[in-house]
Amino acid sequence: MSSAEINKNEVDIVIGALNADLTQFLTSWRPFFSGFHLIVVKDPELKEELNIPEGFDVDVYSKTDMEKVVGASNSTMFSGYSCRYFGYLVSKKKYIVSIDDDCVPAKDPKGFLVDAVSQHVFNLENPATPLFFNTLYDPYCEGADFVRGYPFSLRSGVPCAASCGLWLNLADLDAPTQALKTEQRNTSYVDAVMTVPAKAMLPISGINIAFNRELVGPAMVPALRIAGEGKVRWETLEDVWCGMCLKHISDHLGYGVKTGMPYVWRNERGDAVESLRKKWEGMKLMEKSVPFFDSLKLPETALKVEDCVIELAKAVKEQLGSDDPAFTQAADAMVKWVQLWNSVNSSG
Amino acid sequence: MVEPANTVGLPVNPTPLLTDELDIVIPTIRNLDFLEMWRPFLQPYHLIIVQDGDPTKKIHVPEGYDYELYNRNDINRILGPKASCISFKDSACRCFGYMVSKKKYIFTIDDDCFVAKDPSGKAVNALEQHIKNLLCPSSPFFFNTLYDPYREGADFVRGYPFSLREGVSTAVSHGLWLNIPDYDAPTQLVKPKERNIRYVDAVMTIPKGTLFPMCGMNLAFDRDLIGPAMYFGLMGDGQPIGRYDDMWAGWCIKVICDHLSLGVKTGLPYIYHSKASNPFVNLKKEYKGIFWQEEIIPFFQNAKLSKEATTVQQCYIELSKMVKEKLSSLDPYFDKLADAMVTWIEAWDELNPPAAVAGNGKA
Repeated sequence: MSSAEINKNEVDIVIGALNADLTQFLTSWRPFFSGFHLIVVKDPELKEELNIPEGFDVDVYSKTDMEKVVGASNSTMFSGYSCRYFGYLVSKKKYIVSIDDDCVPAKDPKGFLVDAVSQHVFNLENPATPLFFNTLYDPYCEGADFVRGYPFSLRSGVPCAASCGLWLNLADLDAPTQALKTEQRNTSYVDAVMTVPAKAMLPISGINIAFNRELVGPAMVPALRIAGEGKVRWETLEDVWCGMCLKHISDHLGYGVKTGMPYVWRNERGDAVESLRKKWEGMKLMEKSVPFFDSLKLPETALKVEDCVIELAKAVKEQLGSDDPAFTQAADAMVKWVQLWNSVNSSG
Repeated sequence: MVEPANTVGLPVNPTPLLTDELDIVIPTIRNLDFLEMWRPFLQPYHLIIVQDGDPTKKIHVPEGYDYELYNRNDINRILGPKASCISFKDSACRCFGYMVSKKKYIFTIDDDCFVAKDPSGKAVNALEQHIKNLLCPSSPFFFNTLYDPYREGADFVRGYPFSLREGVSTAVSHGLWLNIPDYDAPTQLVKPKERNIRYVDAVMTIPKGTLFPMCGMNLAFDRDLIGPAMYFGLMGDGQPIGRYDDMWAGWCIKVICDHLSLGVKTGLPYIYHSKASNPFVNLKKEYKGIFWQEEIIPFFQNAKLSKEATTVQQCYIELSKMVKEKLSSLDPYFDKLADAMVTWIEAWDELNPPAAVAGNGKA
């Protein structure tokens, strides 16, 4: 899959800058980012100026830009890792590829650098198959197909809403796990892409993700902010919550979510033990979220993504609001997000 | 291109796991030469050979293997009139081996499956991997993006609920195949040269509520947990369909495993599948199945077992009633199949009296 085959005009690469110096990051991704339009969104709480190397077609958004578009009171929605969502909001493209600024291209088992952008777009452009599990994984890739026993009526698949990539080196484990296994690094390169079955829940990581903005943009909600949220992934849950919402809405609307390749190489950052010292509220919130999503049924009448988000927000407020204020805030943020989405995207 | 492993000179595994608790069930109609290649990994285990076709034919079993062999005459003798539920002239007959086994675990493999190589060139001990899969928990309630969290070097990812990290018991381990992939006849006809060369280094749990096409070529299961549901249906001689035996069992076991909170894994191990069956012959066998599966799949997807069904047998009998009620209109074959499902359970219970079996399925 070469990048020459992708229509680069359909893709925006959105980077949330939590680090000021993006030189190493962008230089390492240059072979795969070149030719694409980049949107770099600076964490509004980051004080230093961004350092961006030459040669990229890039638009940079900082706190002032955010406030111009969404108003000063709403810019807090985009602090920390959530800054990238602002990029999703203002993009005009069909596909978004988003990679954390502490990741560089990974090498495949043959030693070649992995073109994560191309792989994500390939995943998004090909159908997903959530209604029946294919034991040979992605049936649309070279050298594979649907296996015996796979119903023919399901072989055209459904639109792919999101492509969730993985990480070599520092995997996206939570703080307790990484703190317990301090030396553990992910060295396993699993050569597969697969569709996560309908109704199955999963923890979607924001570290290396792509999605069809036209299809599900409003469902990419920057909503759940845990108390004491920090600037390392071990201290956040925003992406996992966003992913639960996205998966549920995708299932409801008949779209698919893929997981697997591409891999990125995730560099060391932060200290899991340090993060563990701060009480990680995420654990508690996940335990409450799971039964909620498991039993949730969106109304049949919710046919548009925006409506699904609104209905989901209502249900969150009703059923989870009393459990933790974080859920009420998330519900409010989801509604606000849809409002912002509609207002920003109607003028474009 | 991919090749099978060369196991000549490999010593027999000095520390084989579960030799007293596992039987290897092999259906055959021709010969068992393939077992020569499997010696290092399979010789320590007891074999149950189910000989299909002409019972007068002598099947040669390579030296050194400990086995029991059943041909059609044996099946008729042992089951009497209940033998009608065991297929003839189809590898579905293998499920007779599951029934007569007295062990906790079963590994079943086809006689055209050889030892595969992993990407480093090492011979894959498929049985050892199956055992690992069965002995460690499954995680059907929440998908782990790093696949099997219990594997060396892996774990649950951030956001995976802690309350679900203990997992549930694994009932089935579904392995895959390099070289000749398990395609249906139409796909084989369109892509006769396609070979599976992709070694996907992962085991994963198939989520609850998700059905899959279970292939019987390289399969292992916990007989105590799910055995009675591993009926491979009525196929072959006198039946309107073939090559749906394992599919049928796979749909049944998945519905029951989901109901009983048991796990089904798929992925590693790989075997090397050497022989492509004739696609035109396959097409004739599968033909009806291709149409029928369009109805059968929604049937299984919507099948709801009652709270009162707490054993595998109870679940299976309930399922058989639903088959009779909902699928007979599709074809009278399903009426017969539903009856055969009941006969199978009766035969299973006769050969495996409940009192003598330790713990079977759980609510």
